[in-house]
Amino acid sequence: MIAPTGLVHICNPDVPGNSYTNRRAIELTITENMHSESREHNESQAGWAGFTPGVWQDGIDVRDFIQKNYTPYEGDASFLAGATERTLGIWKILSDKFPEERAKGVYDVDALTPSTITAHKPGYIDEKNELIVGLQTDAPLKRAIMPYGGWRMVATSLETYGYDVSPELEHIFTTYRKTHNEGVFDVYPPAVRRARSSHLITGLPDAYGRGRIIGDYRRVALYGVDALIAAKKVERATLDMGFSTENTIRDREENAEQVKALKELIAMAKTYGADISRPAANAKEAVQWLYFAYLGAIKEQNGAAMSFGRNTAFLDVYIQRDLDAGVLTEEDAQELIDDLVIKLRIVRFLRTPEYDDIFAGDPTWVTESIGGVGEDGRPLVVKSAFRFLQTLYNLGPAPEPNLTVLWSEKLPEGFKRFCAQVSIDTSAIQYESDALIRDAWGDDAAIACCVSPMRVGKQMQFFGARVNTVKALLYSINGGRDEKSGKQIAPATTPFAGEVLDFDSVWKNYMVTLEWLAETYVDALNCIHYMHDKYAYERLEMALHDGEILRTMACGIAGLSVSADSLSAIKYAKVSVVRDETGLIVDYTIDGEFPAFGNDDDRVDAIAVEITTAFMTMIRKHKTYRDALHTQSVLTITSNVVYGKATGNTPDGRRAGAPFAPGANPMNGRDTHGMLASALSVAKLPYDQAQDGISLTNTVVPTGLGREKPEQITNLVGLLDAMVVSNGYHANINVLNRDTLLDAMENPENYPQLTIRVSGYAVNFVRLTRDQQMDVISRTFHAGV
Amino acid sequence: MTAVNLGLPTLACPVVSIEDPEFKDHTVDNSVEKPQLSADVRHQELEALRTGGVASVHSWELVTAVDGPGTRMTLFLSGCPLRCQYCHNPDTLKMRDGQITTIEEIMGRIEHYRGIFKVTGGGVTISGGEPLMQPAFVKRVFAECRALGIHTTLDTSGFLGKRASDALLDNVDLVLLDVKSGLPETYKEVTGRDLAPTIEFGDRLAARGIKIWIRFVLVPGLTDAVENVEAAADIVMRWPSVDRVEVLPFHQMGEDKWNQLGLEYKLHGVTPPDKALQERVRDQFRARGLTVF
Repeated sequence: MIAPTGLVHICNPDVPGNSYTNRRAIELTITENMHSESREHNESQAGWAGFTPGVWQDGIDVRDFIQKNYTPYEGDASFLAGATERTLGIWKILSDKFPEERAKGVYDVDALTPSTITAHKPGYIDEKNELIVGLQTDAPLKRAIMPYGGWRMVATSLETYGYDVSPELEHIFTTYRKTHNEGVFDVYPPAVRRARSSHLITGLPDAYGRGRIIGDYRRVALYGVDALIAAKKVERATLDMGFSTENTIRDREENAEQVKALKELIAMAKTYGADISRPAANAKEAVQWLYFAYLGAIKEQNGAAMSFGRNTAFLDVYIQRDLDAGVLTEEDAQELIDDLVIKLRIVRFLRTPEYDDIFAGDPTWVTESIGGVGEDGRPLVVKSAFRFLQTLYNLGPAPEPNLTVLWSEKLPEGFKRFCAQVSIDTSAIQYESDALIRDAWGDDAAIACCVSPMRVGKQMQFFGARVNTVKALLYSINGGRDEKSGKQIAPATTPFAGEVLDFDSVWKNYMVTLEWLAETYVDALNCIHYMHDKYAYERLEMALHDGEILRTMACGIAGLSVSADSLSAIKYAKVSVVRDETGLIVDYTIDGEFPAFGNDDDRVDAIAVEITTAFMTMIRKHKTYRDALHTQSVLTITSNVVYGKATGNTPDGRRAGAPFAPGANPMNGRDTHGMLASALSVAKLPYDQAQDGISLTNTVVPTGLGREKPEQITNLVGLLDAMVVSNGYHANINVLNRDTLLDAMENPENYPQLTIRVSGYAVNFVRLTRDQQMDVISRTFHAGV
Repeated sequence: MTAVNLGLPTLACPVVSIEDPEFKDHTVDNSVEKPQLSADVRHQELEALRTGGVASVHSWELVTAVDGPGTRMTLFLSGCPLRCQYCHNPDTLKMRDGQITTIEEIMGRIEHYRGIFKVTGGGVTISGGEPLMQPAFVKRVFAECRALGIHTTLDTSGFLGKRASDALLDNVDLVLLDVKSGLPETYKEVTGRDLAPTIEFGDRLAARGIKIWIRFVLVPGLTDAVENVEAAADIVMRWPSVDRVEVLPFHQMGEDKWNQLGLEYKLHGVTPPDKALQERVRDQFRARGLTVF
């Protein structure tokens, strides 16, 4: 929509006219709070000087700005600058604090101030030396409390880490101010509670922030907040024209909250001495404005994943303009990015140990999507894409920000080789298929969390965690009873009465159980997101979206490879059941061999495809809150360990309590035809039936990629090309020796920055629990890929 | 005893003697004598093995960086005439342990991976075992690969080089030639066989200008003698088409397989070569102007 940009338009004869005059009347009514026309004009001119004009000037359209102004870079990494003393000094101040943080679990907490955008005084790491400023609280690594998601999570976290729980706050958030968590449990139906407590559905965001929403933080830099407020007021004017139905009332209330949040953002930046009501005027301001916008979001929300978006081409326009004008050097440019990345590395949230079980290693998923190819065929690779990756050298490897390369075989060779080199050196990059994402969501989409793609500023998701497909299979064999507790969880059906399992009847019963599970699952998610919108609405993040957006209901499945292998065993080998004294089937004996998922063998891969497709079809049958588009992911984060713990013996021979494979990975050690064959099995899972992403994690020893570095790089590039041309969606690549990990378990102090990729994100290996470390080590290491 | 020549050309290879008591139980394939097979089926299978319509296959794998350039589908055939002490795939020694697989099935999979070979600069590698135990099959696969524009690599000890016809070699882009030792006595100790056929095969490859990657497995106390390496390096130096030499440090990852198969493993307790020894050996090859990894 248009607002002050429309005003700019009036004064700018270079811009071709459009139908803005029709909207002019509305605009004029909503500009009371804005600055005068002439001032707006001058400031926008200052910020936009030298940029190629386009429709981005008439309304909010960051993509158009990027497309009209970015400079693709086809060269190699030789232009990059190293870290300056200043950068290293700041990083040292922080890294000196990390051991204490790791030992205590948290470095510090402000236990008394519920966080809002403006709740905390300005904080600095090293005020006189920081180029980019702003912290979540008034000191680095000091965590804030965010009670709107749920008071219990706050109180439990504080108790865990030895902080007093303020009686006053407790009184407020249990008496006067209802939370999301309380709301959800007020409305959950019994089936959801049963499925939840039996670990059939876990990780639901019913006690913590849902996250996985990416504000278009670039808008703040490009337009300034005043213009964004004005645009929101135009949206409001439209809403005011509609009759006050429940939906319209909610939209208006959300719009009002968004505007308040934007005003608070201006106020917060002002405490740091910056006026972000106007557009950023240079590279440094662009980075700073962008970061302020993101900072506002992470001050307000403790979302599971607080992703950053797709910013390299955007920032590069500003950096390139300053480089061309001779007011910035390459070293200066790298310093800005290094400083920004330092800030992104110290995003912290206060969380409970239970939370850590499902999302291990204190992740924040500050995911930044890099590269890809535009709809016009030009690569979206810019020098600043290299600069972001370079931070892994300048500051050392780190799990955050979660650097995610949108890979295409059409990317420039120099960029491909640099990515591969950085992967080999740091294991800190993940790759996703640019083609699959662009075809579905366009070329300005970014990844939220691990694998969830969305159009930036135009789409958000209702994060839905995942269901345990393995337990569902066991329930279908046991007539809906839990294989561990014996409790009736799913509706009672006739339990299997024979000795040898028959594929056709097992499959039929499995589908019946999954139908019930899909209904129960969407039911739960509707409750959750209704309450999240009501009690923990992401005011600022949504303010940085269009008024009308696409919402997805992001369901998910876990344990796919165990389910597929179990069904394969039933189909191709002879699987007999073992019952306990109560008649409950608690174990299985396998006679004969069966093909396992992960070997590019259609006999079993087709079963995995069928489960995925069938469950997605079932999900689609159920009406979603706010008519969200149904999607699902095949992703576990690190919950494959807790899921496995909660699940009994399975027909594929997996023992009770043993971890599932992460994400869509084949089971550990069963993929015997090489890493690529394993990836090709996973690549058969159809993306249109799992639009929220399909996660695959691979670990390879360095020599498995070749004899020397250039050859290793060539081969990794080839592998990534091979994965995407085969329709693979996602690949985490770890290049590591098993011995390194074993040594890191014994001597964590020697590996403070050892980064590994797990299911869709990276973690500091030494921050994982021992169970999770063992799980990582037991995973397939591909000696040769 | 017709079964003896299963998979081998009817022109008996002079060096694999069916009377050789040491190898009788190993190289001779008994699978055709499985009781469940009717005589007719057995005959058909034998015929197919002879003409290369089927092969005794151990396994396949998609590999990168180990069996030639790019990402490759490596096909491991069953059966080997050598008994290398350090063999890390002793489960491929006997042809009878393999799975009888048709050429159509293999070519179907190869074609399935064409796109991958293209983007990675890879192709097909036939390894084993010793692929030249089943030369008719190798010849047919490589001919079909060539027709499809797929890069071909033969991974061999060269011991059965005579069985590789000129027509077979016409369709080979690269040979991974495992020169296990340079001194005939050491070669015999390592493999139980003679060195001469390998040299002869290398000469032939060089004369035809076929690109060669040499492999030399470095086992402390077995192949690491200075003179043995010198001799090996001298042999390799004769072949101008050698593109690189890979000195592969011995590892103990094969021991479990030997134990599982109930075979005697002579290298128990041998430690892998240290960096210094590896570099000494690599330098011996490098001294002859070779590219060494």
